[in-house]
Amino acid sequence: MELLAQQILNGLVTGSVYSLVALGLTLIYGTMQVPNFAHGHLYMLGAYLAYTLVVMAGANYWVATLLAMIAVGGLGVVLDRLVFRPLRHTLHINSMIAALGVLLFLEAVAQLIWTEEFRHMESPYAGVVSVAGLPFTAHRLILLAAAAVLMGALLVFLTRTLAGAAIRATAQNLDGARLVGIDTDRMAMMTFAISAALAAGAGALVAPISLVYPSMGTLVTLKAFAIVVLGGMGSVPGALVGGYLLALAETLGGTYISATYQDLVAFVVLALVFTVRPAGLFREAP
Amino acid sequence: MTIALVARLLPAVALAASVVAPLVVPNEYYLQVLTQAYIWAIMACGLNVILGFAGQLSLAHAGFFGVGAYTTALLLTKAGVSFWLGLPAAIVLCSAAGYVVGSICLRSQGHYFAIFTLAVGIIFHLVIQKWESLTHGHVGVIGIPGPGSLGPISFESTLARSYLVLACLVATLAVTARLLASPVGRTMLAARDNEALAASVGIDVMATKRMAFTVSAALAGLAGGLYAGFIGFLGPEAASVEVMFNSLLYVIVGGLGSLSGPVTGTLVVYGLSQVLQVLHDYHMVIFGIALVLLIRFMPDGLAGAVAALMGRGR
Repeated sequence: MELLAQQILNGLVTGSVYSLVALGLTLIYGTMQVPNFAHGHLYMLGAYLAYTLVVMAGANYWVATLLAMIAVGGLGVVLDRLVFRPLRHTLHINSMIAALGVLLFLEAVAQLIWTEEFRHMESPYAGVVSVAGLPFTAHRLILLAAAAVLMGALLVFLTRTLAGAAIRATAQNLDGARLVGIDTDRMAMMTFAISAALAAGAGALVAPISLVYPSMGTLVTLKAFAIVVLGGMGSVPGALVGGYLLALAETLGGTYISATYQDLVAFVVLALVFTVRPAGLFREAP
Repeated sequence: MTIALVARLLPAVALAASVVAPLVVPNEYYLQVLTQAYIWAIMACGLNVILGFAGQLSLAHAGFFGVGAYTTALLLTKAGVSFWLGLPAAIVLCSAAGYVVGSICLRSQGHYFAIFTLAVGIIFHLVIQKWESLTHGHVGVIGIPGPGSLGPISFESTLARSYLVLACLVATLAVTARLLASPVGRTMLAARDNEALAASVGIDVMATKRMAFTVSAALAGLAGGLYAGFIGFLGPEAASVEVMFNSLLYVIVGGLGSLSGPVTGTLVVYGLSQVLQVLHDYHMVIFGIALVLLIRFMPDGLAGAVAALMGRGR
């Protein structure tokens, strides 16, 4: 019972990370049709920035998290302006390749600044709390709450504000959005900033309970792709629910079936879905 | 001498240079680097068939490289098979795997195809890494015997092996050149440039793309098999996404869809990365930026830039 509760909590924690990264990925895909292969690397940068601010500069953990989100969000704007916007009206393959270039660049920069060494930071909430008689690591519970706040804020923004509505319109129909006077380039830039900040937030939240290293984003990106494709490219609810579902399936499968092949789950499911439905779950095959 | 004449002589000059190169490198280390560059050039030529000729961004090819390498390595170490049987077996297996994977993945299009193949590549990588009873997991396969003598020719020396790899590279180029000039190759280009139009003039687009995928998987398997036989040890990293991204870099720097581009790109990028190793990890910083700049300002790569220059000179 205790093991099960622990594993479910772990699954929800990992799920928060997957969902935050997948949400950004799906928003970027929806508004710009760019599969951002470098998205997990923004998550990695968030983790490193929080680590540096807390461990090296002695900043408060939440201040560090916020600063990391702002900095990486700014980087998102730079990436959009310098890399993706100029490629928007060229071949699809070009923006995919450019994303791979960004990935290589960010990972190399991280290696340069922080070396390949695994980093670890202490959480300000290192204790154990007891909920209903079961012990839980305090930071994990706080991570769950913080991730929920971020996702809630995103949903409110997307559904209750004019800018959010404009972003959704852009994602639904680019030409239609332009036709009604939405500055779609601006929306794309805003989407990139928000998505990058969400990924960085996930990285900063997870840094105290996992290791930080330059290639930590690769597998997360790939799993986020699996989630986004399964949930429907561009779909926000799909990314949100899919992230938690995949993480729970992985954690529980890893505990009760086989830990060796835990990382394979996402990709096998993805391959199976594509085999049966070549255009993903939620789109009609052409 | 006119530019047109230079262009016609270029392949012969390049061939002569690559034949002489192993003889003039200063020491064994450079010879090994050169030979590895030839191996990666074969991989790049293979990737070019699906990406450059058929216009499909496959991210599964490091997986085929890994399958080729592990098939050769395991046949040589566990089954005691000769390299001369192990390598063809690896190529056959990769062709078959390429045919099957291609048949399934190519039904998805555009971004979906890229993501699907990425997942397939990762499945290959993870299975190689986790299937310890067969592949020894992270430890990898060590003590892979090199190619044995072929009649009077011995492949004991690095120099002889280097020429063996070069021969395979030349054969690869010959095959891809023949392919490109053949009706099949031209249907590939047609399907790449406008799938709907190609289909409307009666081209079986699916069969064409599947052909390209199978050929490129076979070439990746050849490169993998040579890699195993030449290096002598093998780890799961051979099938990793890093290998995938590097190969992609070689093809794109050289020039998508051109014959010699991937080879030039490999020699330039792999050579540079060896030179820049003095700079430790800086080289990927530079390559990352280079990749972004290239795709924006020079999407046809080095080969495209040279062709444009020659076109202007004519």
